[in-house]
Amino acid sequence: MSTVLAAATTVKAPSVEWNTMIPYLILGAGAIVTLFVSLLSTRSVQRVLTPLVAVAVLVGSGVFFALQLHEPAKTVMSGAMRVDDLAVVFSLLFIASALASIVLALRSSTAQNFGRGELYSLLITVVLGMAVLAAAENLVTLFLGLELFSIPLYVLCAGDLLRKGSLESGIKYLIIGSLGSATLLYGLAFIYGATGTTDYFRIAAQLSLPDIRGDAILLVGVALTFVGLAFKASIAPFHQWTPDVYEGAPTPITSFMAVATKAAAFAVILRLTGQALHPIMDNLQPVLAVLAVVTILVGNLGAMGQTSLKRMLAYSGVAQAGYLLVGVVVSTALGARGTVFYMLIYLFMNVAPFAVITARERAGAGSGYDSLRGLGREAPALAWSMTISMIALSGLPITAGFIGKLFLIEAAVAADYAWLAVAIVLGSALSLTYYLRVIATIWMSPARGASSVSSGEPLIAGAAPEADSSNHPELVAIAVIAALASIFFGVWPGPLLDLARDAAIAFAQLGR
Amino acid sequence: MNLALTLILLIPLAGVLIAALMPKNQVGPTAAIATLIQIGFMAVLLVQFEVGDGLKGFVDEMWIPELGIHYSLGLDGLNIFMVALTSVAWSVATFSASRREISQPRMFYAMLALAEVGTLGAFLAQDLILFVLFFDLLLVPFYFLIGMWGESEEPGGARRATATFMIYTLAGSLLMLAAAVALGVLSSIQNQSEISFQFADLAANPVSHTAQQWIFVGFMIALLVKMPIPPLHGWMPITYKATPLPVLIALSAVVAKLGAYGFLRVVLPLLPEGVDSFQPLLLLFAVIAIIYGSVMAFSQDETRLVVGYSSIAQIGFVLLGIFALDAKGAEGAILQMVNHGIVTIGLFLIIGFLAERAGSEKLSAMGGLARNAPLMATLFLIIALATLAMPGSANFVGETYILFGAFTTEFVWGAIGSVGIVLAAMYMLRFFQRAMHGREGGNTASRELNVPEFALLLPAVLLVLALAIYPQYLVERVEGGAKSAVSAFGVSDDDVATTKVGEDAK
Repeated sequence: MSTVLAAATTVKAPSVEWNTMIPYLILGAGAIVTLFVSLLSTRSVQRVLTPLVAVAVLVGSGVFFALQLHEPAKTVMSGAMRVDDLAVVFSLLFIASALASIVLALRSSTAQNFGRGELYSLLITVVLGMAVLAAAENLVTLFLGLELFSIPLYVLCAGDLLRKGSLESGIKYLIIGSLGSATLLYGLAFIYGATGTTDYFRIAAQLSLPDIRGDAILLVGVALTFVGLAFKASIAPFHQWTPDVYEGAPTPITSFMAVATKAAAFAVILRLTGQALHPIMDNLQPVLAVLAVVTILVGNLGAMGQTSLKRMLAYSGVAQAGYLLVGVVVSTALGARGTVFYMLIYLFMNVAPFAVITARERAGAGSGYDSLRGLGREAPALAWSMTISMIALSGLPITAGFIGKLFLIEAAVAADYAWLAVAIVLGSALSLTYYLRVIATIWMSPARGASSVSSGEPLIAGAAPEADSSNHPELVAIAVIAALASIFFGVWPGPLLDLARDAAIAFAQLGR
Repeated sequence: MNLALTLILLIPLAGVLIAALMPKNQVGPTAAIATLIQIGFMAVLLVQFEVGDGLKGFVDEMWIPELGIHYSLGLDGLNIFMVALTSVAWSVATFSASRREISQPRMFYAMLALAEVGTLGAFLAQDLILFVLFFDLLLVPFYFLIGMWGESEEPGGARRATATFMIYTLAGSLLMLAAAVALGVLSSIQNQSEISFQFADLAANPVSHTAQQWIFVGFMIALLVKMPIPPLHGWMPITYKATPLPVLIALSAVVAKLGAYGFLRVVLPLLPEGVDSFQPLLLLFAVIAIIYGSVMAFSQDETRLVVGYSSIAQIGFVLLGIFALDAKGAEGAILQMVNHGIVTIGLFLIIGFLAERAGSEKLSAMGGLARNAPLMATLFLIIALATLAMPGSANFVGETYILFGAFTTEFVWGAIGSVGIVLAAMYMLRFFQRAMHGREGGNTASRELNVPEFALLLPAVLLVLALAIYPQYLVERVEGGAKSAVSAFGVSDDDVATTKVGEDAK
């Protein structure tokens, strides 16, 4: 108890580790700077300087994050945050994902209609929120980070102001996201009620006491917390918002959400299960395992019947959340490593398809499967990027997806969860049906009924009809880079495995 | 590091890279000529391979240390002839393709070469995960080859066929992946050894009896689908009908054998107790395949499916030989895989020639094609007789070994299986007679083989003849590999096998 008192007295003057906080401060200040820069209304400032500043902010913050890799874990602000390799790796992932979506947004209608400054500034705020979240070591910080990233994201989803679908998506995400947040907050409050503390470390200490385990308040709290997080991570059965929001949101934002939001939720889940809730993990495992299987099943079955690529990717994202959850369920360093590695490669596997979809949307082809017809001849670079990504997502060799699944399967079997490994492979088998359909549409379908007519089709509001794929080299570049990365890390996974290992070591140290 | 085997994997890619630089109409011929380099290289390796040699050219590099996955290749009696067969089949396939007009030739030949790399890699792999990786990898190029260049009467037929093929085989392969990972992980946990997927390490650290059972099932499904063995052969008819003939040569002659090879290389040595439990089931499958395949082959009108179903029957023999769990049976299985690969190359070439003359690949449209083509008829007859295992042919030696092995250990199954020999004579002779003799079909034009056609068919015929004259060459070199595959079963006596299981269970 004396330590609690001692901690209470230090609250007055929290020690702030400024060195460790630098990357967070850069993000926070950068969001404001970006907004102000964009106030200069010159065209060149709007088109060039604003994105450049945003990129500089993200890269600058990323550099300072990277400098903290391999450093011993630091607790900052009196236990509010713990900046360790787990937090750093996830933060780098958020930043990379945001950079990719800035490239996708460069010449999008969203950037025009919504205002570039606002767009990039909000995006940086989201990254800041996620970074805080990934480092949170206290329930209050957790919620702070969660809202800091959620609220700007609601706005971003509605970013295509002139399009009804985008507004609808924003509203939907706002309502369901708030529900998720509220549920989570409720859960956190219950956990606090049961344990009397918001600090992960002390919660774990409380939970190690024998008499608290069956406590109803605690169980309700834990359940509600996981439900809230499941909303964010689109874990079934709390995934229903995903396809609608993904479809309606501007594609660059969807691309960011698909990776970063999921990663943020999993960062929290890993921290909670690795530290605060670690003592009761035995009881949680069966529940999470069932959730994982349900998620894999629902995601894969849902993706089958889709005609929109974005909806298909949304459901496939649900399925992938199920695979990621397997690494959490086993709750071993190997599992954490599998989850982190899969999350990292998920970035590459997802960015390429979204870049291709963005390109097709701008060519006026929409985002349905049909938009890909004849792409093999029209734009081979985009076609191959999409093909490789689909092969990677379905987990075939020699792509990173294969190594990722291999890792998760190995973690599951090693922790005596062989049936989860079987669930992963059965899910992958199901997923082939819709991933292959994309490839078949690209290469084996006749070209779209005279592509010259397509520019005369009713366009999605805001799409730039005059632009064909040759006019946006940045989309082609990012799609190709992401696809090449999917293959490169499939043959030589070393660098990402090292990152994942560092994160997993940090994860393993949480419990102690 | 021994580069020889890595070179085998890289030569096809290098060849197709050179071909891609050529102008469009030269891509095919260049790619075809490039395959001869591989054949030459393979010939050197074959000459160097002496009777009784163990693992040669062994490469072992740590690939992903965290997962215990090695990049490890090796050549021994079990796979050397499969690798040679792959080189020959792909060369013939490429030459055969280069005679045709092919749209997007660069992509076609690149995919063909990639498929060869996958197949060679699977045969050469000495690490379980590497084996699975190549086993899956080769499916991707086949998916494109069938889907993009497939032939189909109804629109979208090729697309459907390739999707069926892919989903069937990959669903199996993914199960095998889970089984393979489980095997490695459990082997390291149960024996408290460092995790490794190398065949040698896995054989030294066997997993428990229960684990072997379900891991066996995972492997079994994947391998049976690939062979294919009924009831898991559903992809075969639709895929065979849609696959372009040159691609089908490679698919049927070699890739189908990969399933049988997997049993010999992976399942028998690493999961002996699983094999013991499931032996009756697999023998049943083998016999069903022999009879079902033969009966179906006898009643097909599509010549491709005659060969396709006859392959099911032949691979059934191979399975019978493998699960006799006897050195002789295994040896026969390997011989039969090679022999059948060679005759399949010949048969599909001939189907192509017949179709050019009859205007259709259907038996009902053929007839009397031997009239002006004595040379073609002779070569066809040689291959047909080899397929039905005429005494004197290498196939006869192979089937004799298989039945010899089966009779020693599993008399009843061997006896039922031997019916297949008679059935084979029936369907092959029917095929030959309907096509070559009898009344001429409406649009048939009997024509002798021209020089390119003859040159294409000659290697297969020469190989059939050479192995018929001197089967000992194959038999001696294969023996070591076969023995090592069944070494876990000792004197392959039922009593011994059961006591062995009993001991391990303790």
